[in-house]
Amino acid sequence: MNTSKKILNDPNACADELLDGLVFAYDGKARKVGRRSIVMNDLRPDAPALLVGGGSGHEPIYHGLVGTHMADGAAAGDIFASPPPDIVLEAAQAVNRGKGVLFLYGNYAGDVLNFDIAAELAAEAGIEVRSVTIHDDVCSAPPSEKSKRRGVAGLVPVVKLAGAAAATVDSLDELERIARKAVDNTRSVGVATKPASIPATGVPTFEIADDLIGLGMGLHGEKGVGLIPMCPADELAAKMMDLLLGDDLVLDSGDEAVFFVNSLGSTPMMELLILLRAARPILDRKGIRVHQTVVGEIATCLEMAGVSFSITKLDAELKRLWDMPCASVGYTKL
Amino acid sequence: MGKSSLSTAEVVEMLNHVADRIIAAEPELSEADRNLGDGDHGLGMKRGMEAVKAKLAGGADHIERAFSLTGMAMMSSMGGASGAIFGTFWRSGGKALAGRECFDAQALADLLNAGADGIMARGGAKAGDKTMLDALMPAAQLATRVVLNPLPDAISAVAQAGIDGRDATKSMIATVGRAKTLGEQSLSYPDAGACSMAIILESMRDYVLA
Repeated sequence: MNTSKKILNDPNACADELLDGLVFAYDGKARKVGRRSIVMNDLRPDAPALLVGGGSGHEPIYHGLVGTHMADGAAAGDIFASPPPDIVLEAAQAVNRGKGVLFLYGNYAGDVLNFDIAAELAAEAGIEVRSVTIHDDVCSAPPSEKSKRRGVAGLVPVVKLAGAAAATVDSLDELERIARKAVDNTRSVGVATKPASIPATGVPTFEIADDLIGLGMGLHGEKGVGLIPMCPADELAAKMMDLLLGDDLVLDSGDEAVFFVNSLGSTPMMELLILLRAARPILDRKGIRVHQTVVGEIATCLEMAGVSFSITKLDAELKRLWDMPCASVGYTKL
Repeated sequence: MGKSSLSTAEVVEMLNHVADRIIAAEPELSEADRNLGDGDHGLGMKRGMEAVKAKLAGGADHIERAFSLTGMAMMSSMGGASGAIFGTFWRSGGKALAGRECFDAQALADLLNAGADGIMARGGAKAGDKTMLDALMPAAQLATRVVLNPLPDAISAVAQAGIDGRDATKSMIATVGRAKTLGEQSLSYPDAGACSMAIILESMRDYVLA
């Protein structure tokens, strides 16, 4: 018996129905395209296009990141599954304005396969495609093997920066360059305390004992560092910041950064704020200047309980792009 | 005993039989995936094979088309890594059968080898990574050696090689996909994709032998 008590209709139609609902959330500024993509209506003419995408079930990413000075479009997969190549192609065709398309998505085996096939199909259709994957999760692989790292909540600052770039640059080369720099400057670390469950079956996505916390766990419950006993928030924040700042992104005293504290789904704002209270002094002590703090539910896995920290280092160019306003269902900045 | 070669219509029937077997195996495939992944491999494969049945309902003009329709149906309906991998398998395998008018032991070898090559060309997995390739590659290699045998004998041997390949994944540590972060915890569980590949080969054999 499925006891997950989710508010649904047909559990096999979740991804389709949520996308229809998401289009309504844009109040006419976006439309559904093809089988399961969402595309903004008023695209800047003659500009390179920014297309994001990935599995459903992580809202507001990926499809909630289309918007003004954000992504032009998003291709949505089924729950926790990458979108198939034909859905990505439909979205690419809808956002392409003749200057090519940048595919920007999380580094997962399925996404890489499907977006690569779609890129080939797009090339056959005369659309130039570049691909940039996000691999910000420091616990999924060592710094020497970044191509094996997962993409998690750091996708949000990366898309915000790429979206600002897409609104201002004239070439796909420039858009790709800035997106890559944003990825290179972003790191994340996550923890999880409770799993999500698959809508169609109610089965949990992973198992974890009541007294343990998954340190470095990924967005779907993938193993990170390992399971540790539950500990107070201050101690957990210190462990997470050690992992985050101990990676190979150099953050010297005086450097500026944006800092995200993200709920993975069911963790309430109260817990995020208690963790932020402990994390911020660690940044201050290192002399890292927090240009902006973002707290909220940004990159989730349905009802998974857990938190992630993300940090993006800003140089002069990224700071200028960061300060541009943006609007999307997933992230809005005045 | 068994069919010495298959016509286009019989290939379509065989693929329907494969689809029915995978659909029926959904609980067992989901269980296999639960140990190493998030337990949705069975559902995805079921959805993929239901799409295959729908796509093949109108038949196929020729053997290559039957396989390419199968691949497109899986890739498009499943999404995910499995959709891309199994879709590529059938499509690449089918391309190697262009112009063939009957499916015999040679065609079996060409299907499996071109299918495996297509998957590896996509990148991301090779033999020993604990994926469906570890059931497919031993089967493909054996198929090459038995091309001169009657189809029933060839496909029986090939199916067994696929089953043995699936079983061998139990002692492999996953290095790609979602299971890779389990490291040594992935030992003793077979890979769910390899389980699916073994069922595909077994059900092809059962159709040929009937």
